[in-house]
Amino acid sequence: MLRQLTLLVPLCAIAQPVAYIGARIIPVAGPEIADGVLIVDGGKIRAIGARAAVTIPANAKRVDASGKVIMPGLVDSHSHVGGPAGADGSGPIQPEVRVLDSINVRAASIQKAQSGGVTVANVMPGSGHLNSGQTLYLKLRDGGIIDDLLIKLPDGRNAGGMKMANGSNPRRASPFPGTRGKAAAMMREQLIKAQEYRDKVKAAGTDASKLPPRDLRSEALVEVLEQKRTVHFHTHRNDDILTVLRLAKEFNFKVVLQHASDAWAVADEIAKAKVWTSLIVLDSPGGKIEAKDVTPENAMVLDKAGAPFGFHTDDGVTESRLFLRSAALAVRAGCPRDKAIYALTMAGAKMLELDERIGSLEVGKDADFIVLSGDPFSVYTKVLQTYVDGVNVFDRSNEKDKLYQTGGYGASHDELDFALIHGPEEQ
Amino acid sequence: MKSLLISFVLFAGTLQAQVAVRGETVYTMAGAPITNGVVLIRNGKIERVGPAASVAIPAGYKTLSAKVVTPGLIDVRSALGLSGYLVQPHDQDQVERSSPMQPELRAMDAYNPREALLAHVRSYGVTTVHTGHSTGILVSGQTMVVKTAGNSVEEALVKPEAMVAATLGSDGLTNEAGKSPGSRAKAIAMLRAEFLKAQEFEKKKDKTRDLRTEAFLRVVKGELPFLVQVHQAHDILTAIRLGKEFNLKMVLEGCAEAYLVLDQIKASGYPVILHPTMERAGGETANISRETASKLRAAGIPFAIESGFEGYVPKTRVVLFEAGMAAANGLTFEQALSSISIDAAKILNVAERVGSLEVGKDGDVALYDGDPFELTSHCVGVVLNGVVVSVDKK
Repeated sequence: MLRQLTLLVPLCAIAQPVAYIGARIIPVAGPEIADGVLIVDGGKIRAIGARAAVTIPANAKRVDASGKVIMPGLVDSHSHVGGPAGADGSGPIQPEVRVLDSINVRAASIQKAQSGGVTVANVMPGSGHLNSGQTLYLKLRDGGIIDDLLIKLPDGRNAGGMKMANGSNPRRASPFPGTRGKAAAMMREQLIKAQEYRDKVKAAGTDASKLPPRDLRSEALVEVLEQKRTVHFHTHRNDDILTVLRLAKEFNFKVVLQHASDAWAVADEIAKAKVWTSLIVLDSPGGKIEAKDVTPENAMVLDKAGAPFGFHTDDGVTESRLFLRSAALAVRAGCPRDKAIYALTMAGAKMLELDERIGSLEVGKDADFIVLSGDPFSVYTKVLQTYVDGVNVFDRSNEKDKLYQTGGYGASHDELDFALIHGPEEQ
Repeated sequence: MKSLLISFVLFAGTLQAQVAVRGETVYTMAGAPITNGVVLIRNGKIERVGPAASVAIPAGYKTLSAKVVTPGLIDVRSALGLSGYLVQPHDQDQVERSSPMQPELRAMDAYNPREALLAHVRSYGVTTVHTGHSTGILVSGQTMVVKTAGNSVEEALVKPEAMVAATLGSDGLTNEAGKSPGSRAKAIAMLRAEFLKAQEFEKKKDKTRDLRTEAFLRVVKGELPFLVQVHQAHDILTAIRLGKEFNLKMVLEGCAEAYLVLDQIKASGYPVILHPTMERAGGETANISRETASKLRAAGIPFAIESGFEGYVPKTRVVLFEAGMAAANGLTFEQALSSISIDAAKILNVAERVGSLEVGKDGDVALYDGDPFELTSHCVGVVLNGVVVSVDKK
């Protein structure tokens, strides 16, 4: 639920250590703990372990979590919550466009994602362009402005990637490409321009008079070339997946294969390239030609091939509230359970290069975790609470929060926070 | 021709096979579940159902076993077989937009029994589907009930003309300038005019054939239920108003906001074909809730859960999953199972043939290796018309 005063958030986080006692804890790093204790303080994990092995500080608030399951917050490596918009119809390649400038953090979709246990999401522009803009890795904190959700990197930049796409989605009328060959050529051309720009900047050294005029497109793609910005590449068909690998090799950029519907067909090649694959799991094949062979068995096949993988929602294609379910369907199709848990948490953290901070429950990491009513892969299990940086952002026992989780009248109203702040119950 | 004959003989041959299905728990949906139950199927029909202690499996019966056995599932409303999985012009026949009302369109003339999604839903235990013209214009056409197997629509058919499908609310409107219906009120005025015209047509001595009016007449006479997709609460009330004015047999479909008008739906006597539990929220369904099934149940309103219509991915939903999500949100296990078996059969008026495991009904059985609604369980066998159409793939 959105708080009316964002100032309250850090205050809550630092007030007092909290000990969650008695849950079955799935730390992801290390084996499951049957009867565990998780201690959170100042937004970080201070201790985790079996009940007998953890000393609970005298001043800690004790929360009985017996009968519950605690696991890391889910990391969604491909989402569209908050209504991001990137490139427009003027051309196929627009790396200068940032979703930063378009996200509504008051969107109901973000509240719903919290209710599904998602704590970090890679919020991306769409796939109708070869390059539709810069993505943002967001912490789904309760916030009134985008800054509240940003993740700051040590160099001061906002954590985020670059969205690219191939296959049929970006194939449109001119100036968009009409064939796959043209699509690859256009993207290569733009990346070569960025290389030339980078070289000019390098050559100028400290002499500002020799610097080329600033070029937002090239600047953004130079970050890609310098591996400071991972490319999230929408791709479905087996040959399109290989085209992505070919481009990534030629320009030496970091890449995550997004969707990869035909991953099962080229699993060995993906494994050999040592790139991450972010899979979507769907209830049925088809919906478009490129997805005719998509299967929940992709996870099992990639795992057997030794290729690292995670899951994503592509929210609203599938829903953040059903993210756990995606992994469960992959388990049904042969993916080992522990790999499926990893694919919901650490895998995403690694893809977003945030694994030092999130993705598992370890001392010193951010206190991003969820409390479940039962086994993560049971249809009957509910997300009961979601915490980001130790702060509760969703609690099913709160009527308004529950509305986002189950749906109902007003659950999709983005402006609900206005009613919360100015409605009669607050006066 | 020769190969055709052979395949026909083979098909007929398999139909003759006798099948026994054993289940640790058999949910017959006609009475309490049977522990260690047996279902015997002979010549495509259910011959006996009961506990293993009292139902011996005769020699020569092909025997399948599973932890959980249910009736073959029923998808109470979809566009399967008309709306293909590739979403290309060649496989999209669920709606024709040249005019807003086309009740004369028959589902059987558009059905592809080899459509990939039919085999897909069948692999989860779905053996019967109510399908046909879908949503998107005011009156899209007719629906039918089929089995999810068969080399032709004729082989698959259970009920060739089931209902006439309509869409109220904004999804049934057009925004093309100069075209109707452009508003909710106009849509209702157009329908009322058609129904009146059909009543006049019946009185006329000169019965020059008119397929469209004939179809509307069958609706007005209550021969074919009027299947109305409607989501918002006020549109549900509008549908009921229309149904009562013409004394229609009506079935409400979709009903995202049904929980706001439960009393009125209950009083109308109309059953509800409920949206998929996991359908996306947005537009007409902005206020959709996963708890609506349990509220309909508590109100005593007959309902069944559909796979509905998907235009993109996933191209179809699977009613097994949608009912499972309802079971996780207020329905009991058996209530949820009813909503995709016997309750669906009753709404479709095909309960004499499908929907429960009872002597004389079609030999349609689904087998699971655990709670069928659990996301990690598997459908390990499907029997359709007494023919084993899928077995454990693991």
